[in-house]
Amino acid sequence: MRVLLRNPRREVEVPGPLTVAALLARLDLNPESVLVICGDTLVTRDARLADRDTVEIRPVMSGGAA
Amino acid sequence: MKCRVCRGPAVIDIRRHNAAFCDQHFLHHCREQVRRAVKDHQMLLEDDRVLVAVSGGKDSLALWDLLVELGYDADGLYLGLGIGDYSDRSTDAARAYAAERGHKLHEVDLAADYGYDIPSAAAATHRAPCGACGLSKRHLFNTVAIGRGYDVVATGHNLDDEAAVLLGNVMRWETGYLGRQHPVLPDAPGFVRKVKPLIRLGEREMAAYCVLRGIDYIVEECPMAEGNRHLGYKEVLNALEDRSPGTKSAFVFGFLDRVHERFAGDAGAERAELGECSVCGSPTTGDVCAFCRLRERAGGG
Repeated sequence: MRVLLRNPRREVEVPGPLTVAALLARLDLNPESVLVICGDTLVTRDARLADRDTVEIRPVMSGGAA
Repeated sequence: MKCRVCRGPAVIDIRRHNAAFCDQHFLHHCREQVRRAVKDHQMLLEDDRVLVAVSGGKDSLALWDLLVELGYDADGLYLGLGIGDYSDRSTDAARAYAAERGHKLHEVDLAADYGYDIPSAAAATHRAPCGACGLSKRHLFNTVAIGRGYDVVATGHNLDDEAAVLLGNVMRWETGYLGRQHPVLPDAPGFVRKVKPLIRLGEREMAAYCVLRGIDYIVEECPMAEGNRHLGYKEVLNALEDRSPGTKSAFVFGFLDRVHERFAGDAGAERAELGECSVCGSPTTGDVCAFCRLRERAGGG
């Protein structure tokens, strides 16, 4: 599947099928720090992603302390 | 996963609540969390004029959206920080949100209105840009709110922000900051009331809220915040949360329920000693307030 990552913006290919949780583990990402969007739909960590899917992994941390 | 309420397909799971929600019940969950935060901490009155501090990011736009959804009279204030393309895109996001929904957005531009921007302030003071940014925001949100007759400033600080700030304050035993760390800072001479209605919602929830509500926020991180201490604290807390869901909430609400009061006196004593800035008239402990000193050093005074 095609996986879009941000900060910096880049794309990686990951073979499917696999679950969202497995994808995040493979990319060494903390599930608390991201949203996963498959097509236009938010997906939970048990969702199964197919090899043909396009997936965005969107970081949610913002850094201003003020 | 299935929605806890309707058993339909879930779009988000929130482990600290041991729950997952479909889109409609997640939006309802967000509104209820804000409603509860406002009620528990007596943040807002029904007829308050609210000024929302808007950055173009997910938290402030979601906050604005939620307050309007809950029936509050809420306008926005965007502060142009002069951080290159990042500020340009932030401005676009804030303006587009306001225009699409017909909301009123005030704008202040640091460079045009005060003669400096955040990069120049950081360079002139040889300090981290986030310090100059926070100082400028606190001063100008307060000043504009008072000048334009708003009752209260609402900021998009969420549960993750508060947990990270609390960890930083505890690590350094900043007792004055601990005394001021509260979802409501009441008004006082020279200060408008400040509230944090997103205290019960995490930043993952706020990003999901924006996606589901079609709010086009700026996803990229501020380039000047990259690698700062606050983000480091958030990473540590997220690692703890992943192992033990509910840690951040227990940390923040345990502090507010059982510890905050012990430090409130330190913060109160600081406010009691304030005089007026000889330049702008704002409350200050010295002759000239920190904002006017910053502006002077950054070339805008």
